[in-house]
Amino acid sequence: MEFAELIKTPRVDGVVLRRPFQPTVEGTLCLTGHHLILSSRQDNTEELWLLHANIDCIEKRFVGTLGTIIVKCKDLRVIQLDIPGMEECLNIASSIEALSTLDSVSLMYPFFYRPMFEVIEDGWNSFLPEDSFKDLESMTDEWRLSDVNQDYCVCASYPPLVAVPKDVDDDTLRKAAAFRHAGRFPVLSYYHKKNGMVMMRSGQPLTGTNGRRCKEDEKLINATLRAGKRGYIIDTRTIAVAQQAKARGGGFESEANYPQWRRIHKAIERSSVLQESLIKLVEACNDQSHNMDRWLSKLEASNWQTHVKEILTTACLAAQCIDREGASVLVHGTEGTDSTLQVTSLAQIILDPTCRTIRGFQALVEREWLQAGHPFQQRCVQSAYGNGSSVKVRCEAPVFLLFLDCVWQILRQFPCSFQFSEHFLVLLFEHAYASQFGTFLGNSAAERAKLKLSQKTVSLWSWVNRPQEAQRLSNPLYEANSLVIWPSVAPQSLLLWEGVFLRWNRSSRCLDEAYEEMVHIIEYNKELQNKVNSLRRQLAELETDDPLQHTE
Amino acid sequence: MMEHIRTPKVENVRLIDRTVSRKATVGTLYLSATHTIFVENNPETRKETWVLHSLVASVERPPTTPSGSHLVIRTKNFQVLELLVPQERDATDIHASLARLSRPEKYSELYCLSINPTANKEEREESWSFLDLQADYRRMGVPNNLWVGTPANSEYRVCDTYPSELFVPKSATPPVIVGSSKFRSRGRFPVLTYFHQDTLASICRCSQPLSGFSARSQEDEQMMQAIMKANPGSEYIYVVDTRPKLNAMANRAAGKGYENEDHYTNIKLQFIGIENIHVMRNSQQKIIDMGEVKTPSMGDFLWGLESSGWLKHIKAVLDAGVFIAKAVAEEGVSVVVHCSDGWDRTAQACSLASVLLDPYYRTMKGLMLLIERDWVSFGHKFSHRYNHLDGDPKEVSPVIDQFVECVWQLSEQFPCAFEFNERFLIQLRRHVYSCQYGNFLGNSQKERRDMRLRERTYSLWPQLWKDRAQYVNPLYRADHTQTQGMLRPNTTPYCFKMWKGMYNRLEKSAPPRHSPADLLTAVREETQQLEQELTNHQEVAPRGTAHSGTKQGIQTRSQDSSPDEEEADEQQQRRSEDDERNV
Repeated sequence: MEFAELIKTPRVDGVVLRRPFQPTVEGTLCLTGHHLILSSRQDNTEELWLLHANIDCIEKRFVGTLGTIIVKCKDLRVIQLDIPGMEECLNIASSIEALSTLDSVSLMYPFFYRPMFEVIEDGWNSFLPEDSFKDLESMTDEWRLSDVNQDYCVCASYPPLVAVPKDVDDDTLRKAAAFRHAGRFPVLSYYHKKNGMVMMRSGQPLTGTNGRRCKEDEKLINATLRAGKRGYIIDTRTIAVAQQAKARGGGFESEANYPQWRRIHKAIERSSVLQESLIKLVEACNDQSHNMDRWLSKLEASNWQTHVKEILTTACLAAQCIDREGASVLVHGTEGTDSTLQVTSLAQIILDPTCRTIRGFQALVEREWLQAGHPFQQRCVQSAYGNGSSVKVRCEAPVFLLFLDCVWQILRQFPCSFQFSEHFLVLLFEHAYASQFGTFLGNSAAERAKLKLSQKTVSLWSWVNRPQEAQRLSNPLYEANSLVIWPSVAPQSLLLWEGVFLRWNRSSRCLDEAYEEMVHIIEYNKELQNKVNSLRRQLAELETDDPLQHTE
Repeated sequence: MMEHIRTPKVENVRLIDRTVSRKATVGTLYLSATHTIFVENNPETRKETWVLHSLVASVERPPTTPSGSHLVIRTKNFQVLELLVPQERDATDIHASLARLSRPEKYSELYCLSINPTANKEEREESWSFLDLQADYRRMGVPNNLWVGTPANSEYRVCDTYPSELFVPKSATPPVIVGSSKFRSRGRFPVLTYFHQDTLASICRCSQPLSGFSARSQEDEQMMQAIMKANPGSEYIYVVDTRPKLNAMANRAAGKGYENEDHYTNIKLQFIGIENIHVMRNSQQKIIDMGEVKTPSMGDFLWGLESSGWLKHIKAVLDAGVFIAKAVAEEGVSVVVHCSDGWDRTAQACSLASVLLDPYYRTMKGLMLLIERDWVSFGHKFSHRYNHLDGDPKEVSPVIDQFVECVWQLSEQFPCAFEFNERFLIQLRRHVYSCQYGNFLGNSQKERRDMRLRERTYSLWPQLWKDRAQYVNPLYRADHTQTQGMLRPNTTPYCFKMWKGMYNRLEKSAPPRHSPADLLTAVREETQQLEQELTNHQEVAPRGTAHSGTKQGIQTRSQDSSPDEEEADEQQQRRSEDDERNV
């Protein structure tokens, strides 16, 4: 298919672009296969380059022959284009609609994008499972890397290599997989070096209504327990939801069959509920006419902050079991691809200082989200403005965004313990929804392999790990903190993530200036430190060279 | 006060930590003339908790339990102390003593008057000359050919709640002043509070007119006309009535009310809708109650925040300030501000407008002067509002709390604009309640003069100034764009936040971990030392990259002679933070 077929009017003059808190720009609107571009003829005026994939939905309005297209983006920004001429406006609108909802992944921009920068380190090879297993091997010999899923047959959403207990053979894994939702048998998520406890994750057990059991599954997870020790199973669903799952063949681990495990139920909502919550929150943030009562009540009704609190609470619980109770943990919900990953990845942020570095956080996202089979493409196909009228089954949900929000909450509470700044989190949010990079395409390792993303697209990590980019994303206040950090989950400690939800609804100039000021203070300090240190060195050298000293 | 102490010392008292799993520490409780002091038994820490009697808001005694009698002390800075006393008799005694000690009946019982500081007359007098209000009027260019000082209120003859020195339009004759005063509640006639040199527009303040349904006063109308004339660039003035219009209308039945636009030439009346002191008192109480809810859900919290109405009121106050500041700076139109008596909402609105308009009031000294002018000198009823003496609970209201919080909300939007940090605002508010200094005693300048406070107490301001190193905002720079000109805050509801630093200070599960501001302050202090070292080596870097702010000398921290509970709490907090780190 040629993009040209979809572009009926490639170019319109005299288009006016309106954005809140920015000056109005008049210029020429151009549509390309992947971008909507507005260029003014003045040299200094900023142009708009918008990826079609970033467009969540559009609305059209007409006053006479002046048409207006309101473009609502996945990064939550809303812009308005005034287009003279009804036909032009209709053509543009239908082209945008078609180009922003392309069905085929292989038509997406990452397959066409050629980097304008030199790739120093290929991000596709930066975080290989083999490498992270080497780290594990240096700490313990109780685990092995199994290639039971080499052809993605045992579990379609797992990577080819997974870490499992050494004493459990592949046959046992296959049988356990048959007992777990979508074949997601328990695998290692995190090894806590301090006390050797582990966190595993899986899909729900398929006990069904008649309480089916699977000796191999029991053997597999019991193999992670030390003699006489008990572990915790954290089910991210309420007991009621977990009970209901039995009717559909799912379920949870019974005390009788898993006597060495204590099960705890939490209440992280399903993805459809989260999506509704995001829509309500963004609606509330975008309506500036609300009075205080209405704003607060809309914020409350969106339940977004409740989800943040629940997810963080569950992650703290998992971390507590491991670090304070000295127990191993298995985390799952239903599929094990959403709430499960929120919990396991956040628990690692709390427990493991490495995850709070720029590279460590990338590794975490790679390991616990991409390799672990979070269906990014499905979840991020629409953002807050998706109207749900599409015929497809609705599967979009801000699962990853909520994870980033929770990380931001911890970052805000421990502003010096993270090597990266809020910018990095916002960047990941943007790229998860629309990107020139292939990193977040596809729904699993299997899909990514089939799409040959590593050959045909550029990795986001290739770009992020360039020194100048890493510098931009780094946190000037960072001081490596090797301790476990326990965030507060009290409601008054959890704030609305302004950097994402109010980003386009207010001017950020003063906050940006404050940030620059902070950077300046720290850099100036470092500069002086260097000067003083070199002077001290010179002095010391002079003193040792001083012949008088020898005579004394 | 000693005679009210029934039992000065009780041993084996448990201090119950209400936030962390109800852990308790055993220690000894002491009652002194000024403080309740709890000293931990643990010989290693011997942690002390001090609570000033004047900061005690209430002492409760829940029913006795088998383990002993509980005492719950709530302070005016939103802390809660729960004690478990083994003997019921002791609990009764402490309760009775504290109930009396925390509710003084006479000014002479207050801390600043009962504790005789090692009287150094010079030092004391000097402390009162630290701020000079007249110099601040001169700084804004007053008097000038438009505004002049009037002796009308010397010896408080015309209005006993106003200061003796006042500025009025040059054309306002004594008969006009007296006539206008007679037509205003409590004689509070329109006078100058801020003069904007760039536009020549001014902010004046007064109380409501005694207009009823039809009354009018020629002199009052002439006074308003004179105010308009004192701004050559404008054909009209705004009269900002900070009350909700309904309240203002209701006042007409009592012979008060608001200006009839038909009687005054060229005024534009604007209602803002700040609620009265009773609404505000109840609203803050709800915020405080919410802080005591054990493990609230997010829904409980947000619902509580909404139903308290607190942020709505904060927004109303800030909106009033923004309206006035914009009128003055952008339209160049003078504004006359009033509410009912003109000492609560009017003080809030005028002082906020000044903060928005004039960068000077965003410095430490400037804010002190502003409070001294718009609140202290203009007769804000501190002793009534902040319950200094056992009095009418209906007079109590967190009026200045709201002003302080508005400044904090502004500092969140403009992080580089203020010379001071959050701690400064909290400390300032604390002293409004504490009565450790004489500044806020009484309800008017006249009362303070009659009490001879300058001879008997110290002023707070030099003490705050001495400790300024701990109040500095590291991001402040006198030459920063945010410190120039007028602030234009965004007052969309989502720009307002719950002030956690004020209302949830002792939430142990969330100590203010590593505050970026404190870290930056430390970095800047180190930078100064490095600069010093470089200077000593005569190798000074070109000043191009240096910040002017870093030139300020490092202040040695001086502590009050008596440790106060704030510091004890900080120590406590630091310790609990360490605990957390040592998991």
